[in-house]
Amino acid sequence: MSSTILLQHTLTGISLGGAYALIAIGYTMVYGILRLINFAHGDIFMMAGYFMIFAMASMPWFIAIPLVMILTVMLGIAVEQVAYKPLRSAPRMSIMISAIGVSYLLQNLATYLFTALPRGYPEIPYLKKILHIGDVSASLVTIITPFLTVALTFLLIALINHTKLGMAMRAVSRDYETSQLMGIKINRVISATFAIGSLLAFIGSLLYFTDRMTVFPFSGTLPGLKCFVAAVLGGIGSIPGAVVGGFILGIGETVLVAMGYSTFSDAFTFAILIVMLLFRPTGLFGEKVTDKV
Amino acid sequence: MKTLDKKITYLLSAGLLAAAIMVLLYMDHNRTTYNYSLSILQRSAIYAVAAVAMNLLTGFTGLFSLGQAGFMAIGAYTVAILTIPVAQRPSVYYISGIAEPLAQATAPLWAALLLGGLFAALLGFFIGYPVLRLKSDYLAIATLGFSEIIRAFIAAPMLNRVTNGSYGLKSIPGFPSTLMVFLISGLCIFLMVLVIRSSYGRAFQAIREDEIAAESMGIGLFKHKQMAFVISCFFTGISGGMLAVFMRSIDSKTFQIGLTYDILLIVVLGGIGSITGSVLGSFLMTAGREWLRFFDNPLTIAGVQVPLFRTGFRMVIFSLILMAVVLYYRKGLMGTKEFSWNGIYAFLQRLGQKRSKTRPGKEGGNDE
Amino acid sequence: MSETVLKLNRITMQFGGLMAVNDFSMDVNRGEVVAIIGPNGAGKTTAFNVITGVYAPTNGSVDFCGETIISNRPQGKMRKLYAGDADSICDRVVRKTPDRITKLGIARTFQNIRLFKSLTVFENVLIAKHMNIKANLFSAAFMLNRHEEHRMRQETAQLLEILELADVADEVASSLPYGKQRRLEIARAIATGPELLLLDEPAAGMNPQETNDLIHLIHRLKQDFQLTVLMIEHHMNLVMEISDRIYVLDFGRLIASGTPDHIQNDKRVIDAYLGVAEDE
Repeated sequence: MSSTILLQHTLTGISLGGAYALIAIGYTMVYGILRLINFAHGDIFMMAGYFMIFAMASMPWFIAIPLVMILTVMLGIAVEQVAYKPLRSAPRMSIMISAIGVSYLLQNLATYLFTALPRGYPEIPYLKKILHIGDVSASLVTIITPFLTVALTFLLIALINHTKLGMAMRAVSRDYETSQLMGIKINRVISATFAIGSLLAFIGSLLYFTDRMTVFPFSGTLPGLKCFVAAVLGGIGSIPGAVVGGFILGIGETVLVAMGYSTFSDAFTFAILIVMLLFRPTGLFGEKVTDKV
Repeated sequence: MKTLDKKITYLLSAGLLAAAIMVLLYMDHNRTTYNYSLSILQRSAIYAVAAVAMNLLTGFTGLFSLGQAGFMAIGAYTVAILTIPVAQRPSVYYISGIAEPLAQATAPLWAALLLGGLFAALLGFFIGYPVLRLKSDYLAIATLGFSEIIRAFIAAPMLNRVTNGSYGLKSIPGFPSTLMVFLISGLCIFLMVLVIRSSYGRAFQAIREDEIAAESMGIGLFKHKQMAFVISCFFTGISGGMLAVFMRSIDSKTFQIGLTYDILLIVVLGGIGSITGSVLGSFLMTAGREWLRFFDNPLTIAGVQVPLFRTGFRMVIFSLILMAVVLYYRKGLMGTKEFSWNGIYAFLQRLGQKRSKTRPGKEGGNDE
Repeated sequence: MSETVLKLNRITMQFGGLMAVNDFSMDVNRGEVVAIIGPNGAGKTTAFNVITGVYAPTNGSVDFCGETIISNRPQGKMRKLYAGDADSICDRVVRKTPDRITKLGIARTFQNIRLFKSLTVFENVLIAKHMNIKANLFSAAFMLNRHEEHRMRQETAQLLEILELADVADEVASSLPYGKQRRLEIARAIATGPELLLLDEPAAGMNPQETNDLIHLIHRLKQDFQLTVLMIEHHMNLVMEISDRIYVLDFGRLIASGTPDHIQNDKRVIDAYLGVAEDE
């Protein structure tokens, strides 16, 4: 493999990893607070893709992007309100099943509304512009993604460490009951978490679909699961962990595809998950918790 | 409350069984008329096995596993490879040919199913070592991962000469009769009920209730979880094998995560921890999908076309119903209870009492 | 008489920087009733969890009937963090799982009642009989072990009779009143056929009448099943009445041990319980 091709693949991998990282943050934040694998997160990401297709069909990008951003955030909050909020005191298995149910519903809804056929993702001006650096050529989106991801991560970490909302989030993820007793409005914190998660999922979808070019009702399932794996890999609950996990998976996957093992690129993710759970269940940046007897 | 005499319940059960067999025989006989219903019934019976096997894990042992599709795939491919007629194999494996040792390997259906179950169980045994030490949702996601890995291997070009890669397998001979599907399913479910009712089944339930207490009662956690997992995998494999025979052609896409979700939703609909619930759930869910089919066709009432009615609407309605069950009727149809004639009898009695109570009174007999 | 059944050798249990149990040694002889007392958070339940294999101690070992069932030394991160008083570090690492330890003959109850809540009283006790099952999965499933199953059920029924739970045998465990739930936990523990019974606050939440009944029950069970009893209890009347010997823990350390009379007059014990007045 020549160095140019290697560089090319690395660039693609980093770009894919960036999109994964943004989605993984949503998983890790929700898991940190509700101890729930939000199976619907991948489908929110998919829906954001569809919203963008329709928005771009009738309005310029600088209106479409903020509008779809708002829509996606609203969808995320709505899912939480409808499917998870009524089950706050239910066993964890019930909430997880509800999450799977919502995911199923969103997929069926997408099939109904937009048919099962893949639809072309609109081209957002500038993003698709091809840049040449030496022998390597890459679209602008590929180059922007990692930087955007890192910038957003720092912004988010600042938000969590320095704002009142961030403090509340940390408190709730540490101890749900006590923070409730301390007067933290749990529901508001949870809504905010879903809002942030969905917002990042939207940005992730923008980057991911611009690269992949089509959206179909199941295009959220596998990326969704992969991003959850990324979150576990980094240590669930840890935002830097999710980002690192996202990049590792994105790059790993691209390398496998480049080597001609594309059938195993999905399996690779899960193999990593299993190895991780075996040897370091707390992930790269996770903390250990002991059960009380 | 009065209960029914044991003899009467036996008689009722035997009667119901006989009636069911008669109906099936009749329908089988007039296959052309009932083809559609028969295929729904067969699919339901096959899903019922997978659902009960999942319930054995989720409802009775408290292990939330999402690996069903993968284990079904193992069973399905085993059965398919062993039962496709030798003469047709070259046309099935027309792209890259069949691996030498498999070219002549055949087995009768029952042996192929058993072998499919055993392979799935064996794989479950090995997968169990790493994953059964994980806690609830980690277990779910890890088993789901394994299921995807199995699927990736099936579709892998390196295994083209065994699984025919992404082209899938076809020309699998179907079931000779619907009754046979029901007999195999019935036998599988009966065996699982026997396990659940045994001392080992009680140990599984103890683990579901409280792992720490179960362990302090001398129940080896890993050993018993492993046992439940392997049994569940075995029957999941068999149901996958049956699915292959039923569908007559399979490929790796048949065994996507969606299949696992279908089985899970059947279990939830029927009631987590109820065998009869799972059976009932699989029939309702499979039939329900068909019943709701009219939502998919444009509907015109009095010359006005009703909006919304078009392809895909049925699945939206269907998932809404499921969400409603998950959210508002969390116990499902049966909760953790089982169907029994006494249950029905008691229900009828209560119904009778309520009616006689509400009729004279204004508010309906709540004196407290 | 004085055959040692249970022996704790300098057990230390450290969670991160928190010293739950520090250099605690004790022994229990066959046929004795021994109590561990101490203020809340003194490390009593932690000691139980170490004995039954739920937690691996940071350092120290546990012998049961002459066999070492638990032994550990500070490992990994703990090697640096270890701050226990015992400087002699165990050289062996033995870690039996809780189910193995129960099979060897140690049964326990839990401070915060851990019944199989949605199963019946009868099933709760019957499950405890499972560990000695001879039939394998197949013969059990195909009901080829009728004799064994019958015997298990009969023994369960007998045990419920002895513990006066026979009348509620078919009720769901969680529907029982508190006192009976505690008794069911004892029944379940005894059903495993232990030599040593560990009771974690058996009288918690009981009224004086129930406590009195409990004293008689423990006496009777001890006789009928030739049990050795080790218990944690806050109820001083009960402790003083039935214990042969008492160990007192405070902040994870053993501060006194001896007969009830001796303990009642020990100044350190009184201080630990009443607190030392600041102006003294």
